Amino acid sequence: MMMGFWTSMRRDLVLATRHKSEWLTALFFFVMVTNLLPLGVGPEVSLLRKIAPGVLWIGALLSTLLGLQRLFSSDHGDGTLEQMALSPVPLAWLVAGKMVTHWLVCGLPVVLMAPLLGIQFDLPTRSLGILVLSLLLGTPILSAVGALGAALTLGLRGGGALLSLLILPLYIPALIFGAGAVEADLAGISPQGHLSLLGALLVLSVFFSPWVTSLALRIALE
Amino acid sequence: MLAVAQLTCQRGARTLFSGLSFTLPERQWIQIQGANGAGKTTLLRVLAGLVQPQEGTLTWQGQAVQECRAEWQRALLYLGHHAALKEELTPLENLRFSLGLEAMPADETVLMKALDRFGLQEREHLPVRYLSAGQRRRVLLARLLIRPAQVWILDEPYTALDAHATQFLSAVIEDHLEQGGSAILTSHQTLGLRSGMSIAL
Repeated sequence: MMMGFWTSMRRDLVLATRHKSEWLTALFFFVMVTNLLPLGVGPEVSLLRKIAPGVLWIGALLSTLLGLQRLFSSDHGDGTLEQMALSPVPLAWLVAGKMVTHWLVCGLPVVLMAPLLGIQFDLPTRSLGILVLSLLLGTPILSAVGALGAALTLGLRGGGALLSLLILPLYIPALIFGAGAVEADLAGISPQGHLSLLGALLVLSVFFSPWVTSLALRIALE
Repeated sequence: MLAVAQLTCQRGARTLFSGLSFTLPERQWIQIQGANGAGKTTLLRVLAGLVQPQEGTLTWQGQAVQECRAEWQRALLYLGHHAALKEELTPLENLRFSLGLEAMPADETVLMKALDRFGLQEREHLPVRYLSAGQRRRVLLARLLIRPAQVWILDEPYTALDAHATQFLSAVIEDHLEQGGSAILTSHQTLGLRSGMSIAL
């Protein structure tokens, strides 16, 4: 079981290193969106500080969406997904391996880049720490929930647009509590409540998503 | 032994086959024949467990497949008409990962030998992107040599193969039958295999 999980993870990591443009596009998108906004609204420090949590979180959210469309579609197209469904290893474990890789490739770079981008919004050091922490808890939720959306829209024409419609509403709780944690810290309130809720969402989504996603994939394969 | 009873499968409003029954004992093979679109691939996917039939039962070694899914999946090797290869990976990596996904150990020398036997010497480290259709097919078929299984379910295994590779594949299948295995395949070509059962859809 664990061997299947590791292989599934390693395989996608190797593919990601040979296909650098894919995740670099997502990261570049994140950097550009968060860079263009301050240019658009002007250099007023208090305003920038106020919108920073929301902007950074929305940027993270949209950039993880970019990698999701291909999460299962290439495996579906070349028949690998069939082989995965036929493996004696439960499909949920193989799916979990793919989710972890999606996070490592699309989520983790965003988490690491966020404090740098936060500086240009004049976020204080403490809030930068909270921002990183909230993204660290939040981006795996985006990968887990997003994988479910990718599985449900697999094989549909115009699946990309449908994927966004399906997934973005489900991202709202993570967005509210993630950005909320940073805002609370900026306002001088303890962000602990927000972070705890984010943690609860993380446990819930990481626990259930591989299983539900594997069911959706089996339906898509029929 | 695989036994199929009263299998019925519908796609949309169309009935592809109904009341299909057969048994596949050890050392036997079945050729599934039928026109394009007759439902050959669907039948194979039903047997592999990828598609649920509307009616009918599948039994493996006397047990319903639903009750012994893990054993059935270990006993079965299904090669569909997709190559199931990653273009960015080399043939060797593809084979290694395909075994890993089934939690089976992959021994480098065994993999190299299987690729060699299918005539892919010196292609082991070339990304699959650079291989021809026939060569990709051979990489996929090399799984027959490295992944132990009692029942082979092969969808058009002879597609894109040259005369030499066709002959070699037939020999590999013969070997498998000799050793007590069984096989189900669809093919439009004449096979050069010893005579087996045949099902027409």
